[in-house]
Amino acid sequence: MNSLILRVATRFMLPLLLLFSVFLLLRGHNEPGGGFSGGLVAASAFVLYGFAFGAAEAGHALGADPRRLIGAGLLLAVGSGSAALLAEQPLMTGLWAVVAVPGFGDLHLGTPLLFDVAVYLVVVGVTLSIVLPLAEE
Amino acid sequence: MNVLLVLPLVIPLTTAAASLLAWRRLPLQRFLAVAGAAALLAASAALLAGVWTNGIAATQMGGWPAPFGITLVADLFSAVMVVLAGVVGLAVAVYSLASLDEPRESFGYYPLLHVLLMGVCGAFLTGDLFNLYVWFEVMLMASFVLLALGGEPDQLRGAIKYVTLNLVASALFLAAVGILYGLAGTLNLADLAGKLNSLAEPSTVTALAMLFLVAFGIKAAVFPLFFWLPASYHTPPVAVSAVFAGLLTKVGVYALIRVFTLLFVQDVGYTHTLILVLSGLTMVTGVLGAAAQQEFRRILSFHIISQIGYMILGLGLAGLTTSTALATLALAGSVFYITHHIIVKTNLFLVSGVARRLGGSFELKALGGLYRGRPGLAILFLIPALSLAGMPPLSGFFAKLSLVQAGLGAGQYAIVAVALVVGLLTLFSMTKIWAEAFWKPAPADSALDSPPPDLGPRERYTLLLPIGLLAVLTVTIGLAAGPVFTLATRAAEQLVNRDAYVHAVLGGQR
Repeated sequence: MNSLILRVATRFMLPLLLLFSVFLLLRGHNEPGGGFSGGLVAASAFVLYGFAFGAAEAGHALGADPRRLIGAGLLLAVGSGSAALLAEQPLMTGLWAVVAVPGFGDLHLGTPLLFDVAVYLVVVGVTLSIVLPLAEE
Repeated sequence: MNVLLVLPLVIPLTTAAASLLAWRRLPLQRFLAVAGAAALLAASAALLAGVWTNGIAATQMGGWPAPFGITLVADLFSAVMVVLAGVVGLAVAVYSLASLDEPRESFGYYPLLHVLLMGVCGAFLTGDLFNLYVWFEVMLMASFVLLALGGEPDQLRGAIKYVTLNLVASALFLAAVGILYGLAGTLNLADLAGKLNSLAEPSTVTALAMLFLVAFGIKAAVFPLFFWLPASYHTPPVAVSAVFAGLLTKVGVYALIRVFTLLFVQDVGYTHTLILVLSGLTMVTGVLGAAAQQEFRRILSFHIISQIGYMILGLGLAGLTTSTALATLALAGSVFYITHHIIVKTNLFLVSGVARRLGGSFELKALGGLYRGRPGLAILFLIPALSLAGMPPLSGFFAKLSLVQAGLGAGQYAIVAVALVVGLLTLFSMTKIWAEAFWKPAPADSALDSPPPDLGPRERYTLLLPIGLLAVLTVTIGLAAGPVFTLATRAAEQLVNRDAYVHAVLGGQR
């Protein structure tokens, strides 16, 4: 699609959408959101980029083979679930660490967050490895 | 124990993920596939050893206590099945190295193979019905792609039938799970085992049992729901056929045995009689179907069906006898049969691939002269083939023997007669393959007319090594039938005595 408006708008939208997707990812910790919806938003950002500049460019902007994202996400998921095994807990038990951040308060960090990031990566990877090859046809 | 229980899931998933990262590096993927399968086999063997010494193991995912969270349980039956999945996984992974074409390899064959193994292991280990559904889906998704990978017209024709019927089965399974949840308020198998007995309306439970019988029956290819199997198993590459033939229907059989020993034991006069009748019909239709076929893999596919009959024969007998000893013997027969069958059937499919490589075809008409050119391969075929037919001293003989003993003990003479006749017909089918593919002179226009084409040194190892090792396993099971039968008997005792399972899950929380 050759549209100047779309291309200019996309240049602004891509970072905004990606930022929004990260917001959704982190918000999903306690409220609606999470890795799945965040991943879909991120993937749709790259699909939009693909509309404006072509699928090849979108793949280039992504910077990695979508399949590798799936693999990395799955590995991260296994890792976040297996971390509990090292602590002699059942698989997928959430491990938590409380980090005091000056000026913010206590920050609860845990393996479920890593798992959410893993979901995010897998969703982005799966969606784009389906959409981008289709768009290239 | 905790760690051992989850390793059969974590290892294939890690392998699949790592293979995805190595998408464009085929040599690395191949290495990962074999290493992952070997690790899976080692982990599952450790699990079996652990369950053997320490009894039934259970772990609660995420630390959520039993009826609420997802439970993984390994009793001996589960552990044996996981070990068999490891054996088949390793044999097929090695065999794939030389038998698969590069386009299929580079489109994710190895990650899919491991996702399939993960689904199979998950189904064997889960202690929750809904989770079982999820593992079935994981396994089916991977199998759909493996079946269609390559996109040849025949493959797609087979895949459509396979996918459609399996989706129907999944829908029935899901509906049954939903109704059961509405009825009992829990899907944890151990919890259900207690609650189903105290329900006000036993007839509803029996109706539900029938839904599960149909759903699992389709997946296990039980009469009359087996049509998808011979329509699809001969279409994909041999390595895929072999892993399907070895493992997939057996997951259905496993699920049948699990729910009809643990959950649905209220109205055995109805449910288990039906299972017994179905087992007889499955044996007969399968073997007759095979007699009509002239293609290597189609014959083998029909024999899978007939063998499924033997496996659920033990289940039916176990329900219909009041004696615990006989029920144990019948179920031990089933467990032994599954063990023997998975190894033998995978091996036969692998041999069919080598025959095709040498003779250029799966059609028996076009094959011939393999014995003259390849006596070694002929022996490697004879071992699983005779074992399948139940010749002593190979593994199949002892598997059939214990089922026949249980049948005679339970007074079910008709089904014993059927089992014996089907055994003879199986021998007939195997001799047909032997006579056509191995014994008769090669047809004039065959590739074997001249001295047979040589396998390269790499091919010789990767194709023949798994076949040889599986054949050795078959012989070993036959010669060491005593210890293996002890294992099967203890697995059967755990199936008959439901309290141990329930206690492991709900009682001693880890």
